[in-house]
Amino acid sequence: MAHATAAAAAGVSLRGSPRRQRRERIVRLVFQGAALATVVISAFIVWTVLAQAIDFLSRIDLSQLVGIGWFPRRGIFDVATLLIGTLIVTTIAMLLAAPVGLASAIYISEYATPRVRRTVKPILEILAGIPSVVLGFFALTVITPDFVQQLFSQASVFNMAAAGIAVGVLSVPLVASVSEDAMRAVPITLREASYGLGARKITTSLRVVFPAAVSGIVAALILATSRAVGETMVVAVAAGAPQARTWDPLDPGGTMTSAMVLLASGSDQVTGNSAAFQSLFFLGLMLFVITLVLNVLGDAFVRRARQAY
Amino acid sequence: MTTVARSAQAAGASVQDGLSRRRRDVPGTLFLILLLGSLLFSLAILFILLADVLTKASPVFAERGADFLTAPLSSNPSKAGVGQGIIGTAILGVIVALTAFPFGIATATYLEEYARDSRLTRFIQVNIRNLAGVPSVVYGLLGLSVFVALFESLGLGNGRNVLAGGATLAVLVLPIVIITSIEALRAVPNSIREAGYGVGASRWEVTRHLVLPAAAPGVLTGTVLALSRALGETAPLVLAGAVLGSFSADVSKVLTGSYTALPAIVYDWSRKPQDAFRADAAAAIVVLLAITLLANAIAIYLRNRYERTS
Repeated sequence: MAHATAAAAAGVSLRGSPRRQRRERIVRLVFQGAALATVVISAFIVWTVLAQAIDFLSRIDLSQLVGIGWFPRRGIFDVATLLIGTLIVTTIAMLLAAPVGLASAIYISEYATPRVRRTVKPILEILAGIPSVVLGFFALTVITPDFVQQLFSQASVFNMAAAGIAVGVLSVPLVASVSEDAMRAVPITLREASYGLGARKITTSLRVVFPAAVSGIVAALILATSRAVGETMVVAVAAGAPQARTWDPLDPGGTMTSAMVLLASGSDQVTGNSAAFQSLFFLGLMLFVITLVLNVLGDAFVRRARQAY
Repeated sequence: MTTVARSAQAAGASVQDGLSRRRRDVPGTLFLILLLGSLLFSLAILFILLADVLTKASPVFAERGADFLTAPLSSNPSKAGVGQGIIGTAILGVIVALTAFPFGIATATYLEEYARDSRLTRFIQVNIRNLAGVPSVVYGLLGLSVFVALFESLGLGNGRNVLAGGATLAVLVLPIVIITSIEALRAVPNSIREAGYGVGASRWEVTRHLVLPAAAPGVLTGTVLALSRALGETAPLVLAGAVLGSFSADVSKVLTGSYTALPAIVYDWSRKPQDAFRADAAAAIVVLLAITLLANAIAIYLRNRYERTS
């Protein structure tokens, strides 16, 4: 007490010198500015994409959005062609990634010894770290000739099936890691109770752990779907270009993302003011909205899974 | 009495029999095979991919050796090399490291060490999570309409330069840097902070001298992973103008002139009809994978080491 009054009398604040206080304030402001800048980035994304997409819609006749296929340079912007392409590629990808990813997760979480887990998880992460353009090359030069065309001889060199399979391969690690987290979060007591009742390992895994982790598993599938919808380079390399509307996965085709890359890298440079150029932003807007809805939904499930225990 | 004892004995024997007699658990074994098969499928794909790329690339490296690594772009597959791509990818990496890392770590530090749990803080956190899920092509649109336009208006060439590409990639990986840094900061025990405040340190002093050094391995892992992701990205670069251009020979125009990067080269060569370019593409992939997988492996190694010691 005597010291404090002495300090106050001498005009010395316990907070330190004014210089130290100023430094504290500046550091805080800089950090706060960085955090707020992330909001500015989002605002920029929404603003640029939305403004140019609206501009695009006002420039074209709305009937141009329906046609025989996606031919932006001829002024035919049949969005359904790309939505169908996206649906085909994403469905094939998830038909592969969901069972393979979930089975891997069950093995790593319920069966693997700690040593196996320590070896296998990094390998899955390496698979996740392969650039997607490399998987596109793999789909074009291995999956198509050695697998898809062996099964279906009528498949074209560029086809959506091979692209879908490669996107699925890329999505396996995401499904596996998110659902494995969910299964590992299930309390050990539930497993012990199950074994105590005489249940076998398979019964415990499938009828106790799996249902208990279902929120996290649903989240994994939704987030992987969103990732597959947004996957670009695999499709751009392996599926060719979107043309006439088709439901056949063995045909060449394109997704919203691959159409954007092909537009931007097309041999005839798209000029800055044409409607074809601005269709990029319209596609970007659709993609943004679809993935945002999926991500928010997936996040909600992740949070539910966390609250469960 | 004896009947009871006898039936108890019989029951005991039956239970013991049920517990000890080995029965083959057919569905259980099949299930285990199924699980292992799924896991091996992923590993096999990874193995086949690497083996295939190496096989296709080996003639290129055998015939041309280091020439392939230094040669400029060319329309002749037997003369084309990835020299320009390596320079471009290296510059992009430096730009991402210099911008996204400090920015991301500052944001994470603010959210974990400074911010109160207010509505604004929670909004920023949700926003960052959503940014992490935005497809990379959409960042390309941002790069095209913000960074390219900005650098063009500043008079730096036509704006489609390596600075715009680097800025686009930096924004793309920023959410990943922030999220992994937040996790690393959260893992620092509170007792360390309390000890710092206890000896009269200010918030910045505690953060600078105690929390950040303790979180450094985790932060480093996250940033290396983010860098590896950035170097493998193609779509945002293609949208923001990294079509195959060669760097200017004039050093003062390297940053503002045309450019290219390894993944963009892989993309271009994979689409070329000549088979010779397929081999070149495979060789370029080997170089790209060597860079990104090396970064990944370093990050995973760092994390495993860190996890075991803490």
